Amino acid sequence: MKKLLAMLMAAVMVFGMAACGGNNTANNTSGNNTTGNTTGDTTGDETTGTAGGTFTIGVIGPTTGGAAIYGNAVANAAQIAVDEINALGGEIQFNLLVADDTNDAESSVNAYNSLMDDGMQMLIGTVTTTPALSVAPLTYEDRVFTLTPSASGDDVIENNDNVFQICFTDSNQGTRSAQYIDEHFEDPQIAIIYRNDDAYSQGIRDNFYDEATARGMSIVYEGTFTEASQTDFNVQLTAAQSAGADLLFLPIYYEPASVILTQANAMGYAPTFFGVDGMDGILTVTGFDTSLAEGVYLLTPFAADAEDEATQNFVAEYQAQYTDIPNQFAADAYDAVYVLYEAIQAAGVTADMSNEELCDALIAAMADLSVVGLTSAGSEMTWDENGAVSKDPTAVVIENGAYVTP
Amino acid sequence: MEFLSYLITGISLGSIYAIIALGYTMVYGIAKMLNFAHGDVIMVGGYVAFYATSFASSSLLGEDPSTAATVLATIAAVVLAMIVCTVLGVVIEGLAYRPLRQAGSLAVLITAIGVSYFLQNAAQLLFGANPKNFTPVVSGQLTFFDGQLRITNVALLTVVACIIIMVALTAFTSKGKMGKAMRACSEDRGAAQLMGINVNATISLTFAIGSALAAIAGVLMCSYSPVLKPTTGSMPGIKAFTAAVFGGIGSIPGAFLGGILLGIIESLAQAYISTQLSNAILFAVLIIVLLVKPSGLLGKMAPEKV
Repeated sequence: MKKLLAMLMAAVMVFGMAACGGNNTANNTSGNNTTGNTTGDTTGDETTGTAGGTFTIGVIGPTTGGAAIYGNAVANAAQIAVDEINALGGEIQFNLLVADDTNDAESSVNAYNSLMDDGMQMLIGTVTTTPALSVAPLTYEDRVFTLTPSASGDDVIENNDNVFQICFTDSNQGTRSAQYIDEHFEDPQIAIIYRNDDAYSQGIRDNFYDEATARGMSIVYEGTFTEASQTDFNVQLTAAQSAGADLLFLPIYYEPASVILTQANAMGYAPTFFGVDGMDGILTVTGFDTSLAEGVYLLTPFAADAEDEATQNFVAEYQAQYTDIPNQFAADAYDAVYVLYEAIQAAGVTADMSNEELCDALIAAMADLSVVGLTSAGSEMTWDENGAVSKDPTAVVIENGAYVTP
Repeated sequence: MEFLSYLITGISLGSIYAIIALGYTMVYGIAKMLNFAHGDVIMVGGYVAFYATSFASSSLLGEDPSTAATVLATIAAVVLAMIVCTVLGVVIEGLAYRPLRQAGSLAVLITAIGVSYFLQNAAQLLFGANPKNFTPVVSGQLTFFDGQLRITNVALLTVVACIIIMVALTAFTSKGKMGKAMRACSEDRGAAQLMGINVNATISLTFAIGSALAAIAGVLMCSYSPVLKPTTGSMPGIKAFTAAVFGGIGSIPGAFLGGILLGIIESLAQAYISTQLSNAILFAVLIIVLLVKPSGLLGKMAPEKV
């Protein structure tokens, strides 16, 4: 009996491991694995000529775990962009590899190493800031050209000349939020609830605070929470309410935000909620009463209801393939692939170059590059020497379960 | 008035800790082991209730269900969660802990930690890692002093449930045959066996009761703070364990007192000292209490026989 049980447990373990392994291979085999070919491929001259060859791009992001919605959006949208570019049949072809980091710094380093073993030449990632702080220094060491769709931390690009952002930096998000609130709300009494063990949340809060103070806006309460205490906000909400706050600034991810909205509703507290890009996804939480999110503002560079043709096509394609309305992270990733495409053309690099040659040529090309993307509200994206993007943001408000431009 | 709000938040949070702590304390008192998987049984209870209520509202109840039907569905969901957790608790005890009855306490402790991780990972596999938003079993609130003071119905329900459970458990263990058997096992397992008490059955019953309590705690906890994840139970589990030690592990009124005090300290520390330091303050208080009274607030000193 005991033996039988032991064998049963062993079988369960083997099955469990096989299931995990299965996921990885499924991700890695999307597209042709041409790591062997890339070195043998000799299109173009040694000097700059026509760009071409099959480039292997890696994506690192949380495809499971609490932030999975971001990682999956990035992986899906990057795949759409890659398929589009490959379908053009031009000289430049992409091969996309996806690795999961579960929004964890250690896992992201493992994901990076495994992608490097698979022959990654350029990285689109990481999706979130905390893993990016671990991975970006490695890409700097290894000279891997890196374009992060959505890791918005200032430290992600700082001191790493090879890392560029598609999203705004945290400082930019914080400052822009304060500007927007100052211009659109009359004398708001602001309360901030932020997570102070998270670089993303703390970074936005700091810059928001500085800008708001500089503009003489009144911040009546600041509450903090940590990873361990992100399930209960009754104390912070009571304090914000008694401080008379009528606008609650939430530079946090959507998961704790859903708790805040629910608990604020339960205690009958209804200020204006104002979030940043981490709030994107609030409408997708299973079981969440989306009517609670009505009237929530968020600063995002992308609104799926925008009327321009590029956005409409992208949204239609994304819905057709993944039956979901793409969020801002998806749009960031789509733009990232196209920016990479443009940069490769501008630099005239070929796939047989070493990572270092590619990296240096692309860095040089980024300085003069300007691309109109889904996330730039019609303006041209340009990059400064730090790797921070300059483009126009839009604020959206949630009405009837969808983002609308106010 | 704010102070009262914080106090009420603390008491209702503390009542949840108390219900979880009762489970820890029962198992420790009778089986003399720390069941670290207790927190994860809470999580399982939350998931069962979540899926039962969403199944009921999507396919059993119509567009506009009557209040009575909703209440009935909620009660059915809670009962279902209790049944699933009871079975789970007994199965865990039978498979993981019973074979180690004669082994050292360290081996059992490590097994319990293993079971805890097993449950978390199994939940991640079964239910997915994405957080679920739990709809509270009761909604609404009472307001006093022109809306300056609000007490949510969830908080009231939690406190009432906690008191009922505590009284019922005390009555159960002090009267009746099974209660007597439990106390006998707790005093001296060997002697109890010699007296013809079925020790294994008694311990199984303890696990069954503890796990049923965990299901109730899971539903109340998720009503209080709506996010449901595979790791939902781990932090409250640790805090409730602290509460059990604080009040004197093995003592039922002690777990109740410890839980309530812990909730109040946490809430007031968050409000008046620092949200960041609240956990540190909590554990500092625990250390001070244990220095002054090593067996906890209501614990009995049990001299070790050599």
